[in-house]
Amino acid sequence: MSHDEIFQKIQEVLDDALGVDEDEVTPDASLTADLGAESIDFLDIVFRIEKTFDFKISQGELFPENLTENPDWVTDGNLTDAGLTMLKERMTHVDFTAIENGNRNVSKIGDLITVNSLVNFVEIKLGG
Amino acid sequence: MRWLWIDCITEHEANKRLVAIKNVSLAEDYLHDHMVHGKTIMPFSLMIEGMAQTAGILVGTTSRFKEKVILAKISKASLSCDVTAGDTIRYDAAIENIDAAGASTSGTIDRRVAGGEAWERIGRVELLFSHIDKNMAGTEFPEHNFVFSDNFKMILETAGLADLAD
Repeated sequence: MSHDEIFQKIQEVLDDALGVDEDEVTPDASLTADLGAESIDFLDIVFRIEKTFDFKISQGELFPENLTENPDWVTDGNLTDAGLTMLKERMTHVDFTAIENGNRNVSKIGDLITVNSLVNFVEIKLGG
Repeated sequence: MRWLWIDCITEHEANKRLVAIKNVSLAEDYLHDHMVHGKTIMPFSLMIEGMAQTAGILVGTTSRFKEKVILAKISKASLSCDVTAGDTIRYDAAIENIDAAGASTSGTIDRRVAGGEAWERIGRVELLFSHIDKNMAGTEFPEHNFVFSDNFKMILETAGLADLAD
C-alpha cells in the first residue's frame, strides 16, 4: 500500500473518529491540539486503524500510556532524559524534536502525535 | 438502582451479539413530558441509552461482568422516524472490536408499531465503551462492579442467561 493510500485511509479514520473534515486532516495536524482529540478518542482511533488495516495494536504501542506511573520517566510533571530515550526507542513513528529542545511537560506529549505519526505507524506495521 | 431502558433480552450469541426489546408505554411518566404535535414521542436520547445498555451488557458478558464497562463515546447515531406509546423497540448490538482497554459496538434499532407484526429498521448507533479500571490509572474506584447492579442480573436471569455472570 502506497504512502498516499495510507494517508487517505487515515483521513477517513479521523473523519469518522473525530468528526473532522478531511481537508483539516493535514500531515502536520496534531490530533489533540489541532483536531480536538480527547483521550477516549485514542482508543476509538486504535480500533478503527486495526479494522481498516487488518492488524492488531498492543496497548501503548501507538499512543504513550501510563508514563507518569514511572518516576524514572516523568519527574515533577516533566519528561526525563530516560523517559525521552524510552519513547524514542518505542515510538519511532513520532517526531520528538519539539519536546527534545523545548517544553518537557508531559501534558505536551500528546500534541506531538500528528496525522503523519499515524501514517508512519501504519507504514512500519505493514512493512514489518 | 439504575433505570433500565430495556425490558428483556431476546437473543444472545456469546461474545458477538445481544438483542433486547423495549415496550413503550404511557404508564411511563417521561413520555408525557415529550410531546410533538400532540403525540407522545420516545426521546431518541433514551433509545441511545437503551442501545448502550444492550451493548454494555454484551461487552460485560465477555469478562463475566468483572470489568466496569462505561459508555465513553457515541460515535454515530441516526434515527429515521419516531416511536410512540404502544410501539416496541428492538436493539440489536454487535461487538466490532474489543481489547483490555475497552470495546466498540455497532447496533441497529428496529420498530414494530402497535398492532403490527413486521419489524422496520429505523436507526443505527455506534458506541465506544471503556473498561475504566484499565483507562483511569491511579484513579480509585470501588472494588465491586457498580455498573452492573442487581437489576441487570435480574434481566439476565429472566432471559435464562444467569450463568453468564459469576
